[in-house]
Amino acid sequence: MEIRKDMKGSELTVALEGRLDTTTAPQLETELGDLPGVKTLVIDMEKLVYISSAGLRVLLKAQKLMNKQGAMTIKNVSQEIRDIFEVTGFNEILNIE
Amino acid sequence: MNNLIVKAELSNLESVNMFVESKLEEHGCGAKIVLQIALVVEELFANVANYAYKDRADSENNYVDINVEFAESESGAKSVKITFTDEGVPYNPLLKPDPDITLSAEERQIGGLGIFMVKKYVDDIYYEHSNGKNILTVVKNF
Repeated sequence: MEIRKDMKGSELTVALEGRLDTTTAPQLETELGDLPGVKTLVIDMEKLVYISSAGLRVLLKAQKLMNKQGAMTIKNVSQEIRDIFEVTGFNEILNIE
Repeated sequence: MNNLIVKAELSNLESVNMFVESKLEEHGCGAKIVLQIALVVEELFANVANYAYKDRADSENNYVDINVEFAESESGAKSVKITFTDEGVPYNPLLKPDPDITLSAEERQIGGLGIFMVKKYVDDIYYEHSNGKNILTVVKNF
C-alpha cells in the first residue's frame, strides 16, 4: 500500500492507495503515530480499493485521537468502501464527505 | 486443484487471496462478490494465523487448508463454499458476540468486528471441531 502525507500548517492530508488490510494496516498506524500538532486530518481514499477490519481499527483509533484534538474527514470514498462502512456502522462514527 | 494448503502465517494472505480470487473469476463471479469474499477470506485466515497455533511450540504443522467448491442448482443459482481447516486450538469464532455497531467512536470496541463482517457477507456459515481440527465453512450465493 502507498501512503502519501502532506502537512500544511496543522492540516494533515493522508492519501491511501491500494489495500488497507491486516498486512498493511500496521504501516498506516505507524505513519499516523499519535498525530502530533494535527488539528485537521483528511484521509483521501480515492485510490483505496479495499479495507478490512484491521484497517477500520486504525481509522477508529485516529478518529478517537482527532475527537480530542480537532477533526477528521474522509473523502473520495468509493461505493465498495462506503458499503463496508455501512455494514459496520462506521458511517455513523466517521465524517465522510 | 480445489484446495490450497499454506502455513498459517499472515505473509501468506496474498497467495491465499490470489488462489481464491482466481477460482471465483474462473466461475464468473462479479467484482462486488469477489471483494466481499476477499474480506471474508482475510478475516478467517487472519484469525487462524493470529491465534490458532499461538501456544504451539513446533511450527512445522502450522498449516491451514483452504478448500473452494462451486455448486449450481437446477434453476441456475450459483454458490461458492469455502472451507478453512486447521489443527490449532479449538476455537469457534461464531460464539463471539456481535459488536454493538450503534455506539459512538469513544465507546466502540474493535473486537469481534472481523467475524461480524464475515457473517454479514456470507449466506451461510458453520463450524465444527472434529478429529482435532477446526473446520469453518462459509457459503456465498452469487
